[in-house]
Amino acid sequence: MSIVSCGAKGETALLMGNDAIARGALEAGVRVVAGYPGTPSSEIIQTLAGVASDHGLYVEWSANEKVGLEVAAAGSFAQLRSMAVMKQVGVNVASDFLLHLTECGTRAGMVLVSCEDPGGLSSTNEGDSRHYAKMMEFPLVEPGDFQEAKDMAAWCFELSEKLRNLVMLRSVTRMSHASGNVVLGELSSSSMAPGPSHARFQFDGDFMDQMRGPVVTFPGMVDPMHRRQLEKLALAREIFETSPFNTYTGPSDPELLIITSSAAWLYTREALALLGLEGNVGMLKLGTTWPLPPRLLAKHLKASEKIFIIEEGMPFLEDNVKALWTELGPEAGAKQFFGRKNGPLPPTNELNPDLVAQGLAAILGLPAPSLDQAYSERASKLAESHAPFRAMTFCPGCPHRASYWIINSALKQDNRDGFVCGDIGCYTMGAISCGFNTLKTSHAMGSGTGLASGFGKLNRFGFDQPVMAVSGDSTFFHAVMPALVNAVHNQADMILVVVDNSGTAMTGFQPHPGTLTDASGGALPALDIARICQAMDIDVTIADPFEIESTEKTLLELLDDEGGVRVLILRQACALSPEKKGKRLFDMTVDEAACLAEDCGCNRLCTRVFGCPGLIWDPETKKTRIDEVICVGCGVCASICPTGAISKKEVA
Amino acid sequence: MTAPQLPFDPYNLIITGVGGQGNVLASRLMGRMLVAQDYYVTIGETFGASQRGGSVMSHLRISTQSAWSPQIPRGRAHMVIAIEPSEAFRVLAAYGNPAVQVIWNTRPIHPISVITGQAVYPSREEISQGLTELSARNWPLEATDQAQKMGNPILGNIIMVGALSAISELPLGPEIFEKAIAELMPPAKVPINLEAFSWGRAALTVN
Repeated sequence: MSIVSCGAKGETALLMGNDAIARGALEAGVRVVAGYPGTPSSEIIQTLAGVASDHGLYVEWSANEKVGLEVAAAGSFAQLRSMAVMKQVGVNVASDFLLHLTECGTRAGMVLVSCEDPGGLSSTNEGDSRHYAKMMEFPLVEPGDFQEAKDMAAWCFELSEKLRNLVMLRSVTRMSHASGNVVLGELSSSSMAPGPSHARFQFDGDFMDQMRGPVVTFPGMVDPMHRRQLEKLALAREIFETSPFNTYTGPSDPELLIITSSAAWLYTREALALLGLEGNVGMLKLGTTWPLPPRLLAKHLKASEKIFIIEEGMPFLEDNVKALWTELGPEAGAKQFFGRKNGPLPPTNELNPDLVAQGLAAILGLPAPSLDQAYSERASKLAESHAPFRAMTFCPGCPHRASYWIINSALKQDNRDGFVCGDIGCYTMGAISCGFNTLKTSHAMGSGTGLASGFGKLNRFGFDQPVMAVSGDSTFFHAVMPALVNAVHNQADMILVVVDNSGTAMTGFQPHPGTLTDASGGALPALDIARICQAMDIDVTIADPFEIESTEKTLLELLDDEGGVRVLILRQACALSPEKKGKRLFDMTVDEAACLAEDCGCNRLCTRVFGCPGLIWDPETKKTRIDEVICVGCGVCASICPTGAISKKEVA
Repeated sequence: MTAPQLPFDPYNLIITGVGGQGNVLASRLMGRMLVAQDYYVTIGETFGASQRGGSVMSHLRISTQSAWSPQIPRGRAHMVIAIEPSEAFRVLAAYGNPAVQVIWNTRPIHPISVITGQAVYPSREEISQGLTELSARNWPLEATDQAQKMGNPILGNIIMVGALSAISELPLGPEIFEKAIAELMPPAKVPINLEAFSWGRAALTVN
């Protein structure tokens, strides 16, 4: 069905950047694909998982990114083209293996796709993984449009095989989640796949024989292996000198030379059009951004005195171009560099065409593109009054709202200044008002339990606050397990609450080791979180967050317990999960006569405090109403209403 | 490229609404309809975590020339489709101009700030006056109410696409819609989507 898997050569398709990358990998005959979900990367694996059986692929959602990179590397070692996919923070998780992998190299083509999120549109940071390419000495490419996303993804496998090392393809949100026209290439059918007829890991050569020896990093071989790695990088540099992904447009001796890459290329083209500068300034678009091709750069650097580097993320290209310029010596001439470091572009946040146009105008002493000032001011004023702030919130029917209601209420009743260490998922929103500001720390995957393990050992210093951590079910397998082992072994005093909504909900409901399916929907055995905890000798309690009263009582009992690690699993599927989506459990009604409204629970407990989007406050009748379009009928508000004015009736 | 000329090139269209209203589907659907007619379409979408209830915005750049930036420059929208009415104002503050046109669904989705009482949602009259002031032309549409009558409020997005097709600045006629929706949806869902599209197309023509 999908154009990614069936579209014929020469056909033009509208593809999301992530689907273009998936198509490129299919055209190259990728065989093994693994990774961990994370916005904006998830669609690549999702798309390939959907066509895995048609194309003879092995596609897996791994337990975490490091394991994903290892699974993909096994494919490469066994002579199968392979790809690992993750978001920027995932590369940090995978980085220990990555260092060793790039030291000893790969066999069949292997690509690491990192989809990054400048501006943190759906991340908690602006991590820029391009630095790993420099730090760990492997090549890096960045597509500048949707066609390149597909073409480069396919080419990366060839490049990797020429170099016998991993290649990183870096995308950004405005590439991965944007869409554009892509002319499709030839699909690699199973019978035409490159490489041998069956997978095999050969290890009968000597240690330095990259294609036939054991793949081992070892103290005695560091120097020769490192030298070999640098030779590969030198070869990449040479290949990049003539790469068609590096293009130049503009006059031969421009007043200003722009050097740009990735989605910033699209913004730059738009900014040049806005200012009517097309063809007047030089624009060197680089698709290969590490290692930089020195002769190509030298040729263009020599032709201009003003250099404007426009890139998404940190000043990576900017620093590296400057370093290359100093290596060129006096013959390159004096330069004035512009970019993110000393302006005119901001040092943080994602770029857009307006920022680039303003920067260009400032450098060239031109007026910035004009706006109708009176209109803008009036529109902004009306937006303030007519577009009330729309904060992030849990979905109607989300079990996390109920879980945090319970945790928050239990900690208040316990009254010992207890707190909760947060983790990564939709439930990170427990830190803001929709989760009743329950979370007091939030960092990386698994860090909530690690921090709780630490806090839970501070009693000898007079620390007497109850400590809790939350973890999602997918996060539990990803990074919580080692932290939990640590807490149990060191006898930390803490409660872990696993908010188990049976899937990796935040990124679109991917399966994980605790679910019964693989990436493509096939059957797999599920690992049981409760039994894993029991095997660690932890007392485990399982409860339903929709049973507000009884679950709160259970949690209060756990808080009263004498210490050590306790685990409470709050089990209730995500409101958007396939089994729940579109299915209403209860019909909800409000008895207006019984609704205490502004006199209830310090003024409107359900709408002002509980804050489910399915409940509306009617300013005219001064009563609570159910919004029939939004309410999914989870029934929780009936439990929190102190007068029983909200009632639920099971849907027949 | 043999695509017919557009009133503007690139034609800048913004679809806005709230997560869960089918914003992304509407943008992909129209993108598909236009690429099938040899246009270059670039779509930029703001969606992150899959939670519902946040502001969502899709930028469509339609051109006979090339791909454009997935973000429209400030003040340069030609058409705004607001599946949620107050969201139109957020979009116009950044991308509006006196010549912009707006098609808006009349059904509000109250943000938490309104539900908790920290903010007030504008009345239908205030919305209508504000949009009349900020646009060259605007069309209110009872899309969600009609969609509920058809059995599912999510169909509001398809009704809005049907309405846009009636303005005929973009070639989004019923035949091309039928082909695209059949590619995107399981066969059982095609008839109800055709019905929603036709209702929207007719609703705007009679105005």
